[in-house]
Amino acid sequence: MAKILEVNDLITRFYTFDGVVHALSGVSFDLDEGETLGIVGESGSGKSVTMMSLLHLLPTPPARIEGGKALFYSNRNEQNNNTDPVDLLQLDKSGIRKIRGGKIGFIFQDALSALNPVMTIGRQISETLIEHLGMTVDEAKKRSIELLEYVGIPEAEKRFSAYPHQFSGGMRQRTMIAVAIACNPEIIIADEPTTALDVTVQAQIIELVQRLKKEMKMSVIWITHDLGVVAGMADRVLVMYAGSAVEIAPVDDLFYNPGHPYTIKLLGALPKIGEEGQHRLESIDGTPPDLLSPPAHCQFAWRCPHAAEKCWQAVPAAREISPGHHAACFFDFAARRP
Amino acid sequence: MQKYIFSRLVQSLCILFGVLFIVFFMMQVTGDPVSLLLSRHATPQEVEEMREELGYNRPILIQFTSFVSRAVVGDFGRSFRHKQPAMDLIIERLPATVELAVTALLISLILGIPLGLISGSNPGSFWDVISRGTGLLGQTIPNFWLALILILVFSVNLGWFPSFGRETWHFMGLTLPTRSVILPAFSLSLFTMGQLIRFTRSAVLEIRSEDYVRTAYSKGIPDRKVYIRHILRNASIPLISIVGVQFGYLLSGSIYIETIFSWPGLGNLLAESIGNRDFALVQAIAFFSSFVVVTLNLLTDIAYGLADPRIRYE
Ligand SMILES: Nc1ncnc2c1ncn2[C@@H]1O[C@H](COP(=O)(O)OP(=O)(O)O)[C@@H](O)[C@H]1O
Ligand code: SF4
Ligand SMILES: [Mg+2]
Repeated sequence: MAKILEVNDLITRFYTFDGVVHALSGVSFDLDEGETLGIVGESGSGKSVTMMSLLHLLPTPPARIEGGKALFYSNRNEQNNNTDPVDLLQLDKSGIRKIRGGKIGFIFQDALSALNPVMTIGRQISETLIEHLGMTVDEAKKRSIELLEYVGIPEAEKRFSAYPHQFSGGMRQRTMIAVAIACNPEIIIADEPTTALDVTVQAQIIELVQRLKKEMKMSVIWITHDLGVVAGMADRVLVMYAGSAVEIAPVDDLFYNPGHPYTIKLLGALPKIGEEGQHRLESIDGTPPDLLSPPAHCQFAWRCPHAAEKCWQAVPAAREISPGHHAACFFDFAARRP
Repeated sequence: MQKYIFSRLVQSLCILFGVLFIVFFMMQVTGDPVSLLLSRHATPQEVEEMREELGYNRPILIQFTSFVSRAVVGDFGRSFRHKQPAMDLIIERLPATVELAVTALLISLILGIPLGLISGSNPGSFWDVISRGTGLLGQTIPNFWLALILILVFSVNLGWFPSFGRETWHFMGLTLPTRSVILPAFSLSLFTMGQLIRFTRSAVLEIRSEDYVRTAYSKGIPDRKVYIRHILRNASIPLISIVGVQFGYLLSGSIYIETIFSWPGLGNLLAESIGNRDFALVQAIAFFSSFVVVTLNLLTDIAYGLADPRIRYE
């Protein structure tokens, strides 16, 4: 399968009054055309910062992207032929603006705060269409109503002039999705899109995105706290820890043959069948390291049951432990398992 | 929304009744008006006759009731000094004060909001320092002092504007303002401008980091449109209250500014009537100003509700 996005060694830091927060220290991953990549990791591990870095959405200052590449192999590009990728990190203001909402759509966690409270739902969708596709107000309105219907909002024509507070949580998240897909993007980035919703609605939203992905031939990056969600919908999974990508693998490989002690812990913390409630990843022992002064050794060493001497001396690089399965650990745990 | 408007309306009426109460008893505690009306050589009998005639002999509650029932139709009695109904005098002076207040409000809006917006969107920049400085000065410099400086520079030295009085321009049956309003309006606008700068700045700073602003950027909306459509639009809701309150304050007439510039408005009339102990007129102006402020507050609340869909669709 062809790659659509390739992120290499992304380094993002925040220059705050307390010191330099090393939010991302060299994150690499790639995304294939038409695949769903799940990203998991404790809160604060850098999942959102990674995605916002790609689209220049972080506040600068304090944020600074200090290294890396993010090659975007757009193949719906009119001007240059598919082959030439663009480095998102090198784009200027107007360049990245065409990508945002145009070729890459963003779905945020809490749709209530992510939608403008004093602008109608319809206007928030048509605004994007007018900006990217140069539609007139009437054309954009017509298209927005179609989009609302497409994401499963009943009585779309009437709802066009409603305000976010008049919608239920699920409908608001559907609206966010309509905004994100409005310009027929190649990639959708969903940053914990279902965390604020109850379980039934969550399932509906996941189903909707899966359907849209197929029908619109998009690639999806799905950030979540919930390993159960990842198991159900992702093709591959990236595990992040303290600003690094510690493991990336096809979903079955990751669940049956995890290669990094952190992933193994996460899976151990997963609720067994029949257990009640949504399980948060924070529930594993210990706390993540302080990003103000990252150590010159394995970030996970303090919490790792397998930490050996060399783990305290150097930072492990990612290694391929089986085809398409990479882990950043000195030892090969996957191989030792039956 | 109807419930919202209704409750604000009831509140406003209660406040106005309270104002009538205060205005009435204000006169009771400042001494006997009859002694002011008659010469010092009046006999006790003459005083008694006068009291009888003006109704000051009746029980206080009766007096208050009759005061209120006349006040609600705008009758505050006659001015001792001008020998005219007090309300007529107010109506006569009103256009000058409205002209001054509207001009001052426009100046403060036109300068204050853009300065606040620039300042809030580039905190720490050169323009931020300028705007914040202006805002702070606007709220701390006494406006009568500024008025004197302006007269010195722009009237006395440069001769660009008249130093006092109101000149109007009559055109097709309309009375239009001339440059004579500029200096008094500018002096008067300074405080409001300072408030608008500071308020707009902090609102923009706060709203800038809201999630929906990040969403707007993530849709590829250009910065300028994000600022106007998303940030300023949201900031304008709380701004409505500030503008409403400030306009009420401007409309009730400024004693200092109108006196310095001999501006024939309500503030000037009030200063004069206090000097003359012209009770009916003082009462009428006090009530009228409160009425303007309360009405504006009510209108502000309604505008606020209309601007915010979360209130409009309750
Ligand atoms: N504006 C900011 N200023 C300083 N530090 C920040 C800022 N935004 C994020 N960070 C830091 O970056 C790290 C990664 O955050 P984030 O990507 O939001 O985590 P998550 O994986 O939960 O999405 C966190 O440690 C956070 O403290
Ligand atoms: S490198 Fe060592 S400390 Fe780090 S995860 Fe692997 S075994 Fe644990
Ligand atoms: Mg996050």
